[in-house]
Amino acid sequence: MSFSPYVPIVALFVLGALFALFSVSIAPIVGPKRYNRAKLDAYECGIEPTPQPVGGGRFPVKFYLTAMLFIVFDIETIFLYPWAVSFDALGLFGLVEMVLFIGTVFIAYAYVWRRGGLNWD
Amino acid sequence: MDPTLQTFENDVWWIALIKVLGVFVLLLLLTLFTINYERKVVARMAVRPGPNQVGPKGWLQSLTDGLKLPFKEEIIPRTADKVIYFIAPVISATCAFTAFAVIPFGPVVSIFGQQTALQVTDVPVSVLVVLACSSLGIYGVVLAGWASGSTYPLLGGLRSSAQMISYEVAMGLSIVAVFMMSGSMSTSEIVAAQGDGREVSLFGLDFTAPGWYAVLLAPSFVIYAISAVGETNRAPFDLPEAESELVGGFHTEYSSFKFALFFLAEYINMITVSALCTTLFLGGWHATWPITLWSGANTGWWPMLWFLAKVLLCLFVFIWLRATLPRMRYDQFMRFGWKVLIPVNLVWILLLATVRVLQTSDLEAQTRFTLIGAAVLVVVLVAVLWPSGKKAAPAPSLAEQIAARPQGSFPLPPLDLQVPPSPRVARQVAERQPADVSSDRSEV
Repeated sequence: MSFSPYVPIVALFVLGALFALFSVSIAPIVGPKRYNRAKLDAYECGIEPTPQPVGGGRFPVKFYLTAMLFIVFDIETIFLYPWAVSFDALGLFGLVEMVLFIGTVFIAYAYVWRRGGLNWD
Repeated sequence: MDPTLQTFENDVWWIALIKVLGVFVLLLLLTLFTINYERKVVARMAVRPGPNQVGPKGWLQSLTDGLKLPFKEEIIPRTADKVIYFIAPVISATCAFTAFAVIPFGPVVSIFGQQTALQVTDVPVSVLVVLACSSLGIYGVVLAGWASGSTYPLLGGLRSSAQMISYEVAMGLSIVAVFMMSGSMSTSEIVAAQGDGREVSLFGLDFTAPGWYAVLLAPSFVIYAISAVGETNRAPFDLPEAESELVGGFHTEYSSFKFALFFLAEYINMITVSALCTTLFLGGWHATWPITLWSGANTGWWPMLWFLAKVLLCLFVFIWLRATLPRMRYDQFMRFGWKVLIPVNLVWILLLATVRVLQTSDLEAQTRFTLIGAAVLVVVLVAVLWPSGKKAAPAPSLAEQIAARPQGSFPLPPLDLQVPPSPRVARQVAERQPADVSSDRSEV
């Protein structure tokens, strides 16, 4: 009897999820409950917590820029993987193609660098 | 016997179940061990005894800590988004567990009469599974920070997400060279590809050099090691949990067992990147030279011992870094990731690819020289045309800054940085040179 080799991955995922869900739901039952108003406030080292608008408030746009850059480079990485695995079969043709592809991404990279997109402040 | 992908398709269901349960329990035990190990090693490096009260030589400390946590009060802030607040630690822990399914522990052994490999499963894209799990784990961190409804966790969550995705790119690129050399993404095949080393004779002593990719692909190994530390939020890159800035980072508002799950996920991730490092770069479960003199070193259950030894060595380096290096500043950290690791990685990949093409394919001499010439030309062009940022205007001098102050500003003290002589020095000088009463001081 055989099954897909992906099934054990799913099995470990399910086992991990069950363990995590079990421990998250058991904790409120066995733990003590002694609530007061100050405990339910957001923790900011004892001072009055900053009032927060719904949805977490505003945050620096740098994080958004980093996420966009990540998508570009992650896609590049994903394209590199199948190329690397079948590299020996592709030979010179594969190398030239990949130089062209990395070169294209490199132009965008140099542009972002020049415009200060990689500076954090 | 080295396992192949076919081995895993022939597993009986109950063997697979035993292996899944075994890895799960092993991960829990390894986490408990690692926490204690870290505390002991850091303590030794700081010349302290470390935990030494609970159990034999303090080795049960983390177990008791773990048992204590569920019995602590669970505090959920009023501003929290309840559902996501509950789900976030589950995502973190689940993804951390799942990644370990494709890590090879050893060769084919016999369990209850069944021939099976010491690895839960292996698929043609195993390394991608590990990377996918570590990427999904970021959701747990981001959602935890966002759902807490508090300032420090939000900042910590954002920081860690930016950090983890930045270093994931570097990590993903560093692995490309390994795929290129082994021609496979399956972990068991990568381990098999590192199996046979080269015979080396040094000072009349014959031994087998390890066929490890850490040696063959040293730049990739260094980049992987650096980005693995960044990816797992460990010191010196532990900016999401910078205590002095963000309290506890994304898990500030978590208590009781939900906090324990984040803790568990962090340590499992650490073990996973160490295990992946062992698999991809340190030859996996294969024993290295002095041990291979014994012919049974790579058979049966022994390889699991070598594997665990290598993982513990990687973990020791993690802990060593934490005990030694101060935390980096966030902008330096991001600059290092984007401006150093990624371009170095890409150049290294292209270099390696060129060398391999020149080695393997039978090209004419003219094509060969054209290729090398083109590569040199590209490097020179990039170096010449590389955009340099705008030159910063020279900072105004102190006198200009003072002159630029608006009318009616506060008066400035003299800014000549002259330190007045300390009274103690004056007294010592006076003691050494007794006052000459006979001469007139105005003459001196």
